[in-house]
Amino acid sequence: MFDYLKYIREWNFPHIWCSGCGDGIVLKALIRSIDKLGIDRDDAVMVSGIGCSSRTPGYIDINTLHTTHGRALAFATGVKLANPKLHVIVVMGDGDATAIGGNHYIHAARRNIDLTVLLYNNYIYGMTGGQVSPTTPRGMRASTAPFGNQEPPFNIAELAKAAGASFVARGDVYYVQKLEKIITRALEKKGFSLVEILSPCPTAYGRRNRMGHPVKMMEWIRDNTVPVAKYAKMTPEEREGKVCTGVIVDLDLPEYTEEYERLIEKVKAEK
Amino acid sequence: MTRKQSQSIFMMQGNQACAEGAILAGCRFFAGYPITPSSEIAETLAVKLPRIDGKFIQMEDEIGAMGAVIGAALTGMKAMTATSGPGFSLKQENIGYACMAEVPCVIVDVQRGGPSTGTPTLPAQMDVQQARWGTHGDHSIIVLTASSAQETFQNTILAFNFAERYMTPVILLLDEIVAHTTERVVLPDPETLEIVNRKQPAVPPEEYLPYRRTDDCIPILAPFGTGYRYNVTGLCHNETGFPTNTSQEIESQIIRLTEKIERHRGDIERNREILLEDADVAIFAYGAVARSARSAVRICRGEGIKVGLIEPVVLWPFPEERICEITGSIKAFVVPEMNLGQMAREVRLASRCAVDVHELHRVDGEPITPTQIADMVREVV
Repeated sequence: MFDYLKYIREWNFPHIWCSGCGDGIVLKALIRSIDKLGIDRDDAVMVSGIGCSSRTPGYIDINTLHTTHGRALAFATGVKLANPKLHVIVVMGDGDATAIGGNHYIHAARRNIDLTVLLYNNYIYGMTGGQVSPTTPRGMRASTAPFGNQEPPFNIAELAKAAGASFVARGDVYYVQKLEKIITRALEKKGFSLVEILSPCPTAYGRRNRMGHPVKMMEWIRDNTVPVAKYAKMTPEEREGKVCTGVIVDLDLPEYTEEYERLIEKVKAEK
Repeated sequence: MTRKQSQSIFMMQGNQACAEGAILAGCRFFAGYPITPSSEIAETLAVKLPRIDGKFIQMEDEIGAMGAVIGAALTGMKAMTATSGPGFSLKQENIGYACMAEVPCVIVDVQRGGPSTGTPTLPAQMDVQQARWGTHGDHSIIVLTASSAQETFQNTILAFNFAERYMTPVILLLDEIVAHTTERVVLPDPETLEIVNRKQPAVPPEEYLPYRRTDDCIPILAPFGTGYRYNVTGLCHNETGFPTNTSQEIESQIIRLTEKIERHRGDIERNREILLEDADVAIFAYGAVARSARSAVRICRGEGIKVGLIEPVVLWPFPEERICEITGSIKAFVVPEMNLGQMAREVRLASRCAVDVHELHRVDGEPITPTQIADMVREVV
């Protein structure tokens, strides 16, 4: 029997997430990955921004840092550069990471700093009541897009890929075992590792868009996600409305803090 | 080795002196973003920090630089950033975070004229109120100033010492004259410097509460990675560091944030005073303007005018009591500032309007001269 209690802050439960929210499932997958890799809780730091997903640090018994809206990656960059021995896990939501925190997102990826980023994508600002986010698909309704969203959405994973991340993957909370494997690989990877995770928000997104009860939203994930290999063979028409999941990028690239340590050795030798 | 032998004398500008002071204070992390007239601080530390196992990073923006500084500080490092007016505005939210989460760090603001992009290359003192109230919400903050490269060196060390002792962000306000004037700086033997390092927990992790209510109101935050697993948040939190919605805990925290500075005013406040004992007129001046004020005092004393000078090294907390005391023995204050009277209003408040407070403003990007100050003193007399 897996000992979840070892990793959670039981005294902080019940959690704040709504019924049917996927965020707790991500926490479970993360805990199992940490355990599998034998990462010492004292050496792990979780940094988050502001939003529903960013409340995850309250429930996991490692060093936790709940920062300002959009800035988790900036704080995490400071933590990791100051002490590269720490495993730094960053938790953000789609609005947090790609709207207000968009600049930090592309630059942390560009630096390829060794951060494991779990980016929960629920296509909406959940905590503030369902406003449109940079990932809300066209036509979907939000409290600030009452007639349907007119803006094209970001592809979060492709954004990280273009910016230079060494590991980019997409998972979801329906295929939990697969998610756990992806998170494990991301934690193992030296470099900026982005895992976009589709996590349903029945309260602020599903209800307004008549997607039905939480189980229906999970079924939507099941029916509309396609493994990377299969997705690669699909025509643009077949890809319409589908989301590919799996590991998208896995490259060996110079990692920022390791490069910095090399720089220190070099300039000290020159003295 | 005697103290004298181990001193080193250099010619350097205030920005370089700031970087030297930071290193001797123990700063090993700098995150910044290029902005005039502060960039030499970053440039100097970019060269020096890697040579002493320190870390330098140019972040993608000012906000990110402030975030990285806080992250680094939580691992136990002494960390700083440097900026100017518009960048200082951008950093305010995260400065508030450092106040709320009680993370020690130093923010140098080499002031320019504003609002907005204003006058990037010209001197001004227009951020003195922003330094106090720039971030939202009730809080207290320590703000230092400096009038020379030498004083910039010393006050940078003082800023780190205050940050570590009181677990708070500390702001060092410079102006372009001090930042860019190359002058003599004596770097003392590092052994002779008083360096403060933050307290470490004295209890085992199972008994540790990061924000435990102590007599001195100052928390003890263990560096991340040392076995003390706790939560840091910008939300109102209780002694455990976890968010709270309990009225009593919210009130207790907000009051303590101000208390921890107010209660230690005696240790924090520092004023340099010249010839105030018999003065009829007291000049209140800080930063580069204090240098002109010193000359003005000499000029006026030469003419037999009884004038003195108070230079607050620490602008905030404001030296209210001292100003009140001085008010009792003088007839008027003269407050020259490179702004439209931002600190003069504080002098007026502290003097409880018992004497006239004459304001001398200069906002044209030119320095205030000794003659200007002396003229006003003569007029007042």
